[in-house]
Amino acid sequence: MASPPGTVGTARTSRTPGGTLYRGREGMWSWVAHRVTGVLIFFFLFAHVLDTALVRVSPDDYNRIIDTYKTPVVNLMEVGLTGAVLYHALNGLRVMAIDFWEKGPRYQKQMTYAVVTVVGLVMIPGTYFMLERTVKQMFGTAS
Amino acid sequence: MTTVAPGPSTAQAAPERLVLDAPRTRRRSPSRSGTNFEMYSWIFMRMSGLLLVVLVLGHLLIMNVLDGGVHRINFSFVAGRWASPFWRTWDLLQLWLAELHGTNGLRTVINDYAERDGTRFWLKMLLYTSAVLVLMLGTLVIFTFDPSI
Repeated sequence: MASPPGTVGTARTSRTPGGTLYRGREGMWSWVAHRVTGVLIFFFLFAHVLDTALVRVSPDDYNRIIDTYKTPVVNLMEVGLTGAVLYHALNGLRVMAIDFWEKGPRYQKQMTYAVVTVVGLVMIPGTYFMLERTVKQMFGTAS
Repeated sequence: MTTVAPGPSTAQAAPERLVLDAPRTRRRSPSRSGTNFEMYSWIFMRMSGLLLVVLVLGHLLIMNVLDGGVHRINFSFVAGRWASPFWRTWDLLQLWLAELHGTNGLRTVINDYAERDGTRFWLKMLLYTSAVLVLMLGTLVIFTFDPSI
């Protein structure tokens, strides 16, 4: 999906002077979010392969970098990353449904809301389990 | 693909107004090289994406959520996982599919937003260089991991 869904055939149907391909609403915003999360995940993957490569250097070096993942700020960023991956995965399934399922295009809007809802529902317990230890450590009820 | 029409005129000077080809207009001459790279890339994004849904969400669930999540990860945890060929294969497949999927995605993004030919070319060279580096390094690490280092 290289061009935004809802792309118009001619510039003159656009309300914006000069013409634009971007028409807003569910189709465009899910596409924007797919791009943003995709780029974000790609840059994280770069960093993640480098940090994991430290297992080849020494256990201490690897443990030191993994310890930064356990700090409160980075732990919170992991929640954001997990949410971004989950959105990108589910919206990718939506894109495939639009491409390969005959009723996909008709239900793309409903599927957008389904994706957002599932991400929200999964991230509630997900956030709890990912931050549980950090929150307990910060407020002093864990060892 | 881009915000301007893929025509011979658009590569040089950006038009004042948006000019779009009619739907299903052939791009330039049909199939210059005989293969259809963009079609295979389109299919690859969907096939790899489907596998990555399982691989990456599984990876995140195990590493970040279950049984204490990231707090239990350290060198010996990795050594324990990579003692099993199953998880090495999982990680190797995940590495290659994710890196190629991401590189192809960023290639599309660069093609869409970098308007000058030179900018587009060098950004993609940087992208491909980083992809080769990540794939080689990651593969090397998975194949040569030594738990008694």
